[in-house]
Amino acid sequence: MSGFLPSAIVYILAAIVCVPIAKRLGMGSVLGYLLAGIAIGPYLVGFIQEGQDIMHYTEFGVVMMLFLIGLELEPENLWKMKNLILNAGLTQVLVTSALIIGLGIAFGFTWQISITIGFSMALSSTAIVLQSLKEKNVMGSPVGKLSFGVLLMQDIAVIPILAILPLLAVANETVNTSGEGHGFIEQFPAWVQTLSLFGAVGLVILLGRYGFGPLLNYVSKTHLRELFTASALLIVVGITFLMEFVGLSPALGTFLGGVILANSPYKHALESDLDPFKGLLLGMFFMAVGATINFGLIFSNASIIISATIGVIILKSLVLLIIGKIKKLEIGNNLKFAIGLSQIGEFSFVTYAFASQLGIIDLSISDTLMAITALSMTITPILMVILDKVIFPKMSTNQGPKKEMDTIETRSKVILVGFSHFGSTLGRFLRANGVEATVLDYNPDRVDFLRKMGFKVYYGDATRLDLLHSAGAEEATLLISAIKNPETNLKLIEICKENFPKLEIMLRAKNRVDAYELMEAGMENIYREHLDTSIRMGEDALKKLGFRAHTIHRLAASFKKYDEEALKVLVQYKNNQKEYISKIKLQIESQETLLSGELSRKFSMNDHAWDSEAMKNPEN
Amino acid sequence: MRKVLVIFAHPKYEHSEVNQALIRSIEGLEGVTIRDLYELYPDFNIDVQSEQELLFEHEIILFQHPFYWYSCPPLLKQWMDLVLEFGWAYGPGGIYLKGKYLLSSITSGGSSEAYQPDGKNRFTLEELLRPFEQTAYLCKMEYLPYFHIGGTHRIKDDELNQKSLDFQKLVFHLRDAEKIVSESLPHLEQNLS
Repeated sequence: MSGFLPSAIVYILAAIVCVPIAKRLGMGSVLGYLLAGIAIGPYLVGFIQEGQDIMHYTEFGVVMMLFLIGLELEPENLWKMKNLILNAGLTQVLVTSALIIGLGIAFGFTWQISITIGFSMALSSTAIVLQSLKEKNVMGSPVGKLSFGVLLMQDIAVIPILAILPLLAVANETVNTSGEGHGFIEQFPAWVQTLSLFGAVGLVILLGRYGFGPLLNYVSKTHLRELFTASALLIVVGITFLMEFVGLSPALGTFLGGVILANSPYKHALESDLDPFKGLLLGMFFMAVGATINFGLIFSNASIIISATIGVIILKSLVLLIIGKIKKLEIGNNLKFAIGLSQIGEFSFVTYAFASQLGIIDLSISDTLMAITALSMTITPILMVILDKVIFPKMSTNQGPKKEMDTIETRSKVILVGFSHFGSTLGRFLRANGVEATVLDYNPDRVDFLRKMGFKVYYGDATRLDLLHSAGAEEATLLISAIKNPETNLKLIEICKENFPKLEIMLRAKNRVDAYELMEAGMENIYREHLDTSIRMGEDALKKLGFRAHTIHRLAASFKKYDEEALKVLVQYKNNQKEYISKIKLQIESQETLLSGELSRKFSMNDHAWDSEAMKNPEN
Repeated sequence: MRKVLVIFAHPKYEHSEVNQALIRSIEGLEGVTIRDLYELYPDFNIDVQSEQELLFEHEIILFQHPFYWYSCPPLLKQWMDLVLEFGWAYGPGGIYLKGKYLLSSITSGGSSEAYQPDGKNRFTLEELLRPFEQTAYLCKMEYLPYFHIGGTHRIKDDELNQKSLDFQKLVFHLRDAEKIVSESLPHLEQNLS
């Protein structure tokens, strides 16, 4: 197969065939993609020969995924997880790599090679594990949190690992001189390279803090969605380019960029814009991994490769099992955690390639190692399926009470749309009572301003399904719309009804006519913006005229109740009107009905509460 | 001179001639503070802090209210529930009302005769006011004999004038008398009648 279009068709078709089958069999999409990749790869059907290249391109999916993961991780949440990351994560990375390094040396490899292999194999596949966890919707469970903590430490460990590799090459005294450089700075001595890594990381942090925000603000003022998407891509591609320029893993750089942007108002907009790209590229990536599995190499070295793969999986699982045990995971969850993370991660592709370019390991070892990695990535999802379908049903007692780990609430229960004066007052009140809403607003300047005032406001158009998704509409209990535009509200209602049926909606309405429309859309929680204020003003006016405060308080409450109920009656009356009657005429009509006074008369001072008139006549 | 705090609760004061007459008779007197609860807290959201500060500053606490269903209107009960806090008014550390005087001044539709063992309310006002008496006891306050105007629906103007003057006299006495002795309060004879 040659040419872009036929390849694309083959990949997409393979995915369309394999992934739904895998999902139906309860295997998850990752395994589906991997199997699709194997199927179209050179050793089965043979459609695709250039798996390695495709993998290289689609590694961009992993890069994006890490950017998105970074976006999810606000620095303070990162801080809350510090114990988890440090204890569990660091233990896993250090113990596992120490054991593998020890074994490597025992098997007669040089210490440089052993270190390279040890650190590479200690890392698990963020892409596979997180994708599976998200698919099973268990990110918030103890297993999910612990897995995430360990993965995060591993992602962080990539920084020192990639920084150490050039130094190993120096120690090896065989600095790579081959033509295909990893980056522009290849020509410089190793210490310059190492320094430049830190320089690049610094630049990403600097840009994340001061560069991207203004850029996105500028672009979002145009309200052109595709331009915003393009800017989002520019950020990711830009960071990737910079990282490749200095020879550092782009995933790491974008992850860092993501974390820095996690506090930015554009967080959810970025998430929803990049998510489809990530999904597609990641799917391609998994297929490429499947396609690159070098069955020829595996078959010729079957005993070594298979035993090494199984050995690594067992070793990693044992270390993880002990960590899980210390973290008080019960046995079932512990198995899920340990086996889930037991594969070798995609970073090892990078480290092996990097190491072989640096001349630390030669090409044949690198190929063998990559085969082990790819094989382990395929085996662990299969093991998970076996665990879920075969082993757990037999130990059914183990789904009992789960011990809660330190809870990290990243998503709030309330989404507040529109942060004008109305929305911000509402938001302040909720916040004063400890309810931190996820706020969405479509005015970039206002978002920036409110951010400076310490509010967590995100930029974005709330009538976009993907934005609502990334704002957590699925888990939220309440959506409060403080927008007064009825068209926007109606659009929002439609989207929410269709996609988030469990989400309760509360709406602001400008006036009676808008309220009618919202009522006809089946809404119950409608708040006309002037109702409470005007009645309250009337209350105070009557008080100034000498009326008693409590009496007025009661009458105002009944008046408001009556007005709300009258609205429900008048909305039906509205439906009987011929369609050509304009909204304005309707407005006047209903106002007249209200103002005619017949209905309001009962709110006079003539109620009989606490009256003694009736008691005066009978004898007592 | 003692300071007198009148805690007044009437949900429809504008319709109560008797209570208006009583409040008018003591309004603006030096050393007399009137707290019109239904005007201050129409939504029952009582400012506990400022109420406690006022209680602390005054020596005589007078509950003025209509006697609804053998008790006070709900806002005064709310006031008691919130302001007379454990650890402030009673219980360990609850010493801030100690030694002060409390009395009830009530108006009722039923006449004094109705509040007798053989009347239709069967119990005397003294008996029916026991919850207030006990409240005073728990807060280590001295509970003084109540002031009462009965038959408010049919009261004549001159009778009401007289009663208001009696009430004013009582407040003056509480404010100015050298020593407060339950048995020698100026309104006692009428309670016995």
